[in-house]
Amino acid sequence: MTAPAEVEVEVEVGRIIGTRVERKEDKKLLQGQAQWVDNMHQPGTVFLGVVRSPYAHARIKSVNVDPALAHADVVAAWSGADIADEWEGSLPCAWIPTEDTNAPEHKPVAIDKARYVGDAVAVIAATTRAAAEDAVELVEVEYEELPVVVDPEAALAEGAPLVHEEFGTNRCYTWNLEAGEVDRLFAEAAVTVTERYRQNRLIPNAIEPRAVFVTPIPASGEFTLWSTTQVPHIARVTLSGVTGIPETKLRVIAPDVGGGFGSKLNVYAEEALALVVARRLERAVKWTETRSEGYVSTIHGRDQIQEISLAATAEGKITAVRTKLTVGMGAYLQLVTPGIPLLGAWLYAGCYDVEGYSFECTGVFTNTVPTDAYRGAGRPEATYAIERVVDALARKLEKDPVEVRRLNFIREFPATIAAGLTIDSGDYDACLDLALEKSGYDDVRGQQQTRRAAGDSKRLGIGLSTYVEMCGLAPSAILGAIRYSAGGWEAATIRCLPAGTAQVLSGATPHGQGHATSWSQIVADLLGYDFDEVEVLHGDTAVVPLGMDTYGSRSLAVGGVALYYAAERIIEKAKKIAAHLMQVDEAAIDHVRGVFHGPEASLTLKEVAFAAWTAHSLPEGLEPGLEATFVYDPPNFSWPSGAHVAIVEVDTETGAVELLRYIAVDDVGTVINPTIVEGQIHGGLAQGVAQALYEEAIYDDDGNLLTSNMVTYLVPSATEFPRWELHRTETPSPTNPLGVKGVGETGAIASPAAVMNAVVDALAEDGITDINMPATPERVWRALEEVRS
Amino acid sequence: MRSVSLTVNDLPHELELEPRELLVYVLRERLGLTGTVVGCDTSSCGACTVLLDGESVKSCTVLGVQADGAAITTIEGLGENGALHPLQDSFHKHHALQCGYCTSGMVLAAVGLLAENPSPTGDEIRHALEGNICRCTGYQNIIDAIEAVAR
Repeated sequence: MTAPAEVEVEVEVGRIIGTRVERKEDKKLLQGQAQWVDNMHQPGTVFLGVVRSPYAHARIKSVNVDPALAHADVVAAWSGADIADEWEGSLPCAWIPTEDTNAPEHKPVAIDKARYVGDAVAVIAATTRAAAEDAVELVEVEYEELPVVVDPEAALAEGAPLVHEEFGTNRCYTWNLEAGEVDRLFAEAAVTVTERYRQNRLIPNAIEPRAVFVTPIPASGEFTLWSTTQVPHIARVTLSGVTGIPETKLRVIAPDVGGGFGSKLNVYAEEALALVVARRLERAVKWTETRSEGYVSTIHGRDQIQEISLAATAEGKITAVRTKLTVGMGAYLQLVTPGIPLLGAWLYAGCYDVEGYSFECTGVFTNTVPTDAYRGAGRPEATYAIERVVDALARKLEKDPVEVRRLNFIREFPATIAAGLTIDSGDYDACLDLALEKSGYDDVRGQQQTRRAAGDSKRLGIGLSTYVEMCGLAPSAILGAIRYSAGGWEAATIRCLPAGTAQVLSGATPHGQGHATSWSQIVADLLGYDFDEVEVLHGDTAVVPLGMDTYGSRSLAVGGVALYYAAERIIEKAKKIAAHLMQVDEAAIDHVRGVFHGPEASLTLKEVAFAAWTAHSLPEGLEPGLEATFVYDPPNFSWPSGAHVAIVEVDTETGAVELLRYIAVDDVGTVINPTIVEGQIHGGLAQGVAQALYEEAIYDDDGNLLTSNMVTYLVPSATEFPRWELHRTETPSPTNPLGVKGVGETGAIASPAAVMNAVVDALAEDGITDINMPATPERVWRALEEVRS
Repeated sequence: MRSVSLTVNDLPHELELEPRELLVYVLRERLGLTGTVVGCDTSSCGACTVLLDGESVKSCTVLGVQADGAAITTIEGLGENGALHPLQDSFHKHHALQCGYCTSGMVLAAVGLLAENPSPTGDEIRHALEGNICRCTGYQNIIDAIEAVAR
């Protein structure tokens, strides 16, 4: 791929863009006035209850809903078969990576077979939430238990139970990317290392549980769906396909949404169910998951087995990387399940300059909850593998991990990497220099030696993660080339209202990121409005018709850039009107932040907006009104990068790991609001550290989720983390005029590798070379016991 | 059904409750106080935290009937005349919330903490908030927001 053309970075940081403006979203959230989906109500609403399979794999022999129907408050109850004729299509999977991918039919309610614990087998509609819950218990389902497979590698073995018999295999797909003479480079390499890593299965745990509320208008066939979704626009088009409700009759609203992290980047059975139940009963329908129900019905993340090999010279210069992934899809393909590991496909050489690149990924069905996007989605996994194996190479060569990284950094930009994409900009040395300085790297190494020499049972470990991530999803043409079914553009509209305020319509749909604040900063800065004069509307397909929604660190890098170009269009039109009103040539007008200066007079943008609205005197042929939309399709991904350092203490007697310090240096390009950027990094770090040290969804051999609620699955609290130490370098992206790169996933992408490198570094002299995540005290202690014996 | 008297945000209520009704649903669904939210079903996350006779409790682990005679403060009743309570204001100034779903509970847990211990250390704040989960912020700005008020 050739490098996309460079664009001049046009913004000036420090006026409003780049400053710590306080968020305009906060007040209603702080005063309990947020509009959560579960707050919605309408007289006559029925509540859904979903009967879920207690077996991971079972034939459904019969479903008797009569006992539920006998409940006084139950309105209706249906088995999967009873409701089957409502479905126009399967629940959507928008990313079928190869022509021969095995993509199973996925009905919102199972009919013949349940394929994971939590799979829906019947549905109740009752007049109260409590009655729906009670009636779920009354439905009689006769199951014939079938053999179960939960481990992705075991699922590929000969004779493994088949999740979907029709394919004759549990293999969903195998996808390859090859570049350079990898075999030769490995054969000629002075040194090779091969490592095997496990990406623990994670439960996203957005604190707001999923909820759905549907109001139908039977006479017109219109439906409004309120959903806790990151993707109202994608939900509208895909749910139309599932239910047969035309897109024109379906309005999707994501009101205030309480976190997502990818788990709400999906289209779920319950959204489809609520729509068809509303259609059948001609009543409003509501469903809210309980947390424990969410654990078996909302997507999980990760679940990969990674094999990665490096070929290198005797000095440690890496020449080739070979990666093989085996990835648990779960029992079905959700919206982008098979594509998630492929989002990392280009990143297994990280920020290192290599010649040969080989990547193979096999997706596998198992009797588990489907996996899908969880913060970072494919890129934390890639970063983890390359950053861990680079440390393994350093150990083998008995070199400091800093030295090996320095030897291999990409230094010339734009950089077309072996895997085929082009990294726009970066300065990896600058990030590492700052991270080493701020962490006191050399001092910590010294302390480590002192402790070792003294025989201290509490070892000190220091871990690096020098990462680059591929964000700002995504150029539509590239998405098409890798068989993703939608585009990667984003839309923004600016509407200059006659009385001096501006509305922004954002296709990006926030759920905590503070878009309303950042977007207001951009518009205020470019068009001269006061920050409070700008209102940002989002998350309603009737209000914002064009959008591709929020995921993949794309909102600013794609949607924010769309906003910049929409502002340019406003200025262009306003300039014409201003020139006309001043009776001068357009070329004589100079625009400076919302003021149009003519040779003798000037007009503000607000005055021009009023004139455009009255339309009493406009240039010939110019339409009244001052409004502009821009749909921006990025020419490239964006490539944030950085260097993170984790310092841990490992108690070799108890196995306990304490994260003492975490130093993050990130380069996310131009920063619109430093406070919001830091907040995003804090949250991402917490999730990444949690993957490394605390969280894991565990299934037993029968497919029961053992970590089935918030008591048994450890979502960390404030006591589990140190103070985050954040620093930034800044190389603006040359592919967009804001110079922005995106920050939503940075922390989660970089941190698992830094923490685990630190844990292994602490125990390297004890003979430990790897510990699976999460590095719980038990796991660390057992690993130590093994090397001691 | 049981007759229950509650004072919520200084307003008296006489309610007929089913014995199994949780306080959080009484607040949300009977009284329309939707600022108190449900985040889990195991009393783990603290999103539903309210003040019951001045002490922070998880309203998903209190039955409505158990609260008979109690005075309850929810997030809607914390500030006076629409103004932000100092802790709410500090959360805003310190960017201690992102999606905001845990925020009501987090703020009320902090109010409860400062009532017991007016000048906690950062460490004491972290421990006091152990029962309140935030998935967005990594906690640091929450700790800072509370520390700033505690000083």
